[in-house]
Amino acid sequence: MDILNTILQGVLVGGLYALFAAGLSLIFGVMRLVNIAHGDLIVLAAYIAMEVIKLTGLPPLAALVFVVPVMAAFGYALQRGILNRTLGGDLLPPLLVSFGLSVILQNGLLAVFTADSRKLDAGALETASATIGGISIGLLPALMFATAVAVIAGLQYLFYNTALGRAFRATSDDAEIAELMGLDRRKVYAWAMALCLGVVAIAGVFLAIRSNFDPFMGPGRLIFGFEAVIIGGLGNLWGTLAGGVILGVAQGIGASIDPGWQILAGHVAFLLILALKPRGLFPRMDG
Amino acid sequence: MSEGLHVQDIESFYGDFKALHGVSLSLEPGRVLALIGANGAGKSTLLKSICGLVSPKAGRVTWKGRDITGLPGSQTVALGIALVPEGRRLFKSLSVEENLILGGQVGRKGPWSLKTLYDLFPILNEKRSQPATSLSGGQQQMVAIGRALMSNPDLVLFDELSLGLAPIVIKDIYAQLPKITGQGMSAILVEQDVTRALGSASQFLCLAEGRVSLAGRPGDHSRDAISAAYFGT
Repeated sequence: MDILNTILQGVLVGGLYALFAAGLSLIFGVMRLVNIAHGDLIVLAAYIAMEVIKLTGLPPLAALVFVVPVMAAFGYALQRGILNRTLGGDLLPPLLVSFGLSVILQNGLLAVFTADSRKLDAGALETASATIGGISIGLLPALMFATAVAVIAGLQYLFYNTALGRAFRATSDDAEIAELMGLDRRKVYAWAMALCLGVVAIAGVFLAIRSNFDPFMGPGRLIFGFEAVIIGGLGNLWGTLAGGVILGVAQGIGASIDPGWQILAGHVAFLLILALKPRGLFPRMDG
Repeated sequence: MSEGLHVQDIESFYGDFKALHGVSLSLEPGRVLALIGANGAGKSTLLKSICGLVSPKAGRVTWKGRDITGLPGSQTVALGIALVPEGRRLFKSLSVEENLILGGQVGRKGPWSLKTLYDLFPILNEKRSQPATSLSGGQQQMVAIGRALMSNPDLVLFDELSLGLAPIVIKDIYAQLPKITGQGMSAILVEQDVTRALGSASQFLCLAEGRVSLAGRPGDHSRDAISAAYFGT
């Protein structure tokens, strides 16, 4: 029963990792941008949520009503103002600029909020649980996982059933020809970044409810996100969820053997999959 | 002067390479121009300079009396210019129908819709939910033509329609061409097969090494003169 419990908790945590990863996957898919600042943006969202809660007194999840649009607007402006200027030829300039952005975000957050670690208080939600067949399931992890599934289903629907999703796919396929269909790639990319940071906002708030956060925990979240994306296979959103779950389960099993092995076990699982299936478990069929 | 397309002395670069050294042409509404010339003569760069994928460094492009020099491709399409690109370049993660819908996204009014296109190319209706790049070469070319027509353009630039297609398929596609241009649309036709291009056009322009080597009506020049202009001898 213990092992079953460990696996289940790992699966649920995997939902959070999938939320870290979904935006990363989306951005890479649409504009081939590897966003090094992704983790720091998650942390930024957590701090924005903290401020919103201070100002309004809302519970953390309700604060998403403000945090999601604020982050999405920030994403649109970031893409139009900075990142679009770096895209076009080489993979290196956008990588370097997003690395610089990461440094600026970390130090900016440090200057404004100090290095003290914080946490968002979600009250009774944090400890509520239900016992099913002898296994105790926390309400928060369950909600986190359900949110991840909903977000990925939503993105999947948007990608394959809406005009915006069609524009994303067409621009990703051939930006030059998409231009001739009236799609201005700078705007398409900006919408993709807005969507990405909307998802980042959700991830940031869940992260901040689940554990302590400080200005420097972004890069660690970025690694989890990357690993989930690569395990699942680039460009496959459901694969990304599976990648998050595998990472969560591996960490859970590692921690149950020795608490010090939690993070290491996740990285080992990632390396194993990378060695055996370099394109990930579920690479996109076409292309 | 204000009607149609007028290109005056444009100079354009393909990367660092100067591909056009002062090229001019005029095309009245409803006419078809055959653009011929050897590989690397600058034909594709000329088309791209017109539709906005390449921004000329000198000279002027006017369309319907408006200066469109350097206007980006996302805006020329709204003014009624469409390109059928060399090598088709369909969107591979989109279905046949999605490719066509995207072509009509600018929302210009006119004779072309999914329905009229499916009447023109019934096979596309049959395969409309398949991935566009799963079709045969000829069918993919129909999608590329359809995608351009969906914007209800007044000028279509066809780049190498017959490249890589079987002769029988080329014949089929050319048989449909009068139905397309018959709607009062102008067209520029880039084609390797000089005879076929000249046979479908009312005027022609021959490029050699980025310069106009001969232009006029197909009947005005002898085969030998055209072939000399083609090879730049």
